[in-house]
Amino acid sequence: MKLQVNGKVRELDVEPDMPLLWALRDELDEKGPKFGCGIAQCGACTVLLNGEPVRSCSYPVSAASGQKVVTIEGLANKDKLHPVQQAWIDHQVPQCGYCQGGQILAAVALLKRKPKPTDQDIDAAMTNICRCGTYARVRKAIHAVAAKGVRV
Amino acid sequence: MSSTDQGVRQPDRRLFLKTSATAAAGLSLGFYLPGRSDANNAPRLNAWVEVRPDETVIIRYARAEMGQGSRTSAPMLVAEELDADWGRVRVEYATAHENLASKRAYGDMAAVGSRTIRQSQDYLRKAGATARHMLVAAAAQQWGVPAGECTTAKGRVMHAASKRSVTYGKIAQAAAKMEAPKEVTLKDPKNWTLVGKSIARVDIPDIVTGRIRYGIDAQVPGMLHAAVAACPVFNGKVRTMDASKVQNRRGIVQVLNLGEFVAVVADNYWRAKEALREVAIDWDVGAHGGLSSAAIMEHFKGGFDQAELAVARNDGNTGDALSKAARVFEAEYYTPYLAHATMEPLVCTAWLKPDSLEIWTSTQNPESTLATAARTAGIDQSKVLVHPMQLGGGLGRKSPQDFTRQAVMIAKEMPGKPIKMVWSREEDIQHDLYRPASLVRFKAALNAQGTIDALHIRVSAPSILATLLRLPLPRGVDGQAVASFNDHPYDIPNTLVDYAQRNTNVPVGFWRTVGHSQNPYMRECFIDELAAAAGKDPLAFRLSMLGGKHPRDRSILEAVAKAAGWGKPMPAGVFRGIAETEGYGSYTACVCEVSVNARGEVKIHRVVMGIDCGYAVNPDNIEAQLQGSAVHGLSAIFWGEMTVKEGRIEQSNFHDYRLMRLNEMPKVETVIATTGGFWGGVGEPAMAPLPPALVNAISAATGKRYRSLPLKNHGLSLARA
Repeated sequence: MKLQVNGKVRELDVEPDMPLLWALRDELDEKGPKFGCGIAQCGACTVLLNGEPVRSCSYPVSAASGQKVVTIEGLANKDKLHPVQQAWIDHQVPQCGYCQGGQILAAVALLKRKPKPTDQDIDAAMTNICRCGTYARVRKAIHAVAAKGVRV
Repeated sequence: MSSTDQGVRQPDRRLFLKTSATAAAGLSLGFYLPGRSDANNAPRLNAWVEVRPDETVIIRYARAEMGQGSRTSAPMLVAEELDADWGRVRVEYATAHENLASKRAYGDMAAVGSRTIRQSQDYLRKAGATARHMLVAAAAQQWGVPAGECTTAKGRVMHAASKRSVTYGKIAQAAAKMEAPKEVTLKDPKNWTLVGKSIARVDIPDIVTGRIRYGIDAQVPGMLHAAVAACPVFNGKVRTMDASKVQNRRGIVQVLNLGEFVAVVADNYWRAKEALREVAIDWDVGAHGGLSSAAIMEHFKGGFDQAELAVARNDGNTGDALSKAARVFEAEYYTPYLAHATMEPLVCTAWLKPDSLEIWTSTQNPESTLATAARTAGIDQSKVLVHPMQLGGGLGRKSPQDFTRQAVMIAKEMPGKPIKMVWSREEDIQHDLYRPASLVRFKAALNAQGTIDALHIRVSAPSILATLLRLPLPRGVDGQAVASFNDHPYDIPNTLVDYAQRNTNVPVGFWRTVGHSQNPYMRECFIDELAAAAGKDPLAFRLSMLGGKHPRDRSILEAVAKAAGWGKPMPAGVFRGIAETEGYGSYTACVCEVSVNARGEVKIHRVVMGIDCGYAVNPDNIEAQLQGSAVHGLSAIFWGEMTVKEGRIEQSNFHDYRLMRLNEMPKVETVIATTGGFWGGVGEPAMAPLPPALVNAISAATGKRYRSLPLKNHGLSLARA
């Protein structure tokens, strides 16, 4: 089976029903997507699959075969941070940071779809759980990216 | 052959640490005793400070980072006194084995009890000041001028009269040879240039790029993965186990019956976890397989009539005053067991080698991790290496080391193999060390003037200190069980606080804000009940009891009330609630504004949270901690409860242990009203006044009292913000 992960084609030989999360973490050593619940509730495992956020803990790796997977490690363009990553620094969003890879990727997908999201758009798109409670700053950072008008 | 049989020899320490350092980022300094220079001659001025020739200033940080921000704010205190250029500062972890080898040069390493800053500020600032003194002494000696004429700023020593200056990097080598001063004078806080400013956290760049490594991200060559299951009834044991169905499955290496739990070891965590579900385990649940929430409640109620009660506070003669009082008010409050549910579940990688044991884990207490690992493996502590990793949340769960013990038990069965154990979320929710449930009975006497003559608070609850830490309780009192009752600041002539220790088979532990996560809710809601009975405004009622002895309780309450506009007219249907608390060395208050519709949907229009923590080291981080405390508190207030059936916890994952999401986040305003002269904690105390302020606001809106949590059990729900 082949996956394109952060621009590189990776080969792996695993059961088709292995969740994408564990293929990434334990087979390909891509540690950005995190294990939080295993039942697609929390979103710590979020990756972009062809630009769309998916909860990789509950997504069979075979369904991602041959497609483009982007994890948090693959978001920056070499050393140049993605505008959402920069906004996350500017607004000091993360606390423990464990869920933030997923939060950032969910925000990237939202801003691609809606460059000027309303609060309601943010509410609907940002469903990832943050136990530290960074929600106010997540919202602020997303609005800040939108206000700059950069294309993500 | 187990590790203890292997004739463990004293490892070549330098080689041992050099080899292991390659596996862990942040350990590349190698090993040297604090105060000594390392092999590269990078001058080490003391345990905390090293100045490199390229002007990089290494400041060591000895505790865990779990989102509380101390990995930035603690080094800020060192840098302030050092007059370092913050832009050149690099923060590196001190490790538990260094601390052991240096006879605890780094002191207590536990990130618990909101105490990193308040407990270490004195020695951290002195470490910075000491290093600065040595840099100045070295420059003054080279220039032949009195050290007293030299000044420092931004990583440079200057002598104005001779217009000379030198960078720290250039003088550090000579400074390392100077004698450390026995005493140093610390800066007057009004002269701080770094402390008190909002400084970007040092770990955030690595978080947003995904480079940061949590305990769960440990990657060691040849590593195997373990999934574990303990008996669903606490303290039960494995009677028999049949792994025949999974033994030959792809990737399964071993299935272990470790008595207290079963572990499946595989080459991929998912394979281990899936196989574990199909291992047939016959559990010996012991004597507690019939335990239920109802039985626990009866057990707590029995505490009220217990013959012997421990007395936590006894002012005046409360019994007498209550018996003579014209009006006595009584209420029973209840708070449930709660799970921590850190986003990163419990994890530990253990690698037992012939003469050493390496551990990668997310721990709030690396020294305790080291000691637990050594004890479990049966080896000397000096042979254990605990790698510092970021924590995906701690919340108090990652301080006790049950998980480290489990991982080392597995590693002992498979010597030479690095084993990464990861708990499933279900294991995490169902085998936590829970925030204790607590049943509290209040009795108060109101006099004709509407002031409280007597207050009796009787607490029936488990003891964390007696059961988890197995500490003897002074006079039978668990300080956490009675926190904020035994030290309430109100002028009440007669106060009696007594305690019935009522343990159950549900294990308890420290949950963020601990006793202050529940007792202030009960205390401050009951105070509101009394204010209503006295016909007084809740703020005025409290202020009237805060006299002159508790100026900081008073000032934070006034500051928050002012920021919230307490007393100003509200829009129709919107109601306010207020509360004040103290704890972790800080003073906190909160005002909430809510409306409640006919369906019981609570809309939170505004939350104003305030703290007086003495000094605000990194204000932006304090704001973040307050916002986070609001979220943590609201999840507990509306939904948080563990229920027990047949000895088991009924909840298992985020679908039935509900946590707040972004769309429910209300507007939170923060008030940092520091008064100076003391150092208080930040990570925990701010949550304390939120539950009572919110519940008091809801009571104001509905006219009903809510004497138990969570609110969902009263037909209330949280409306979208």
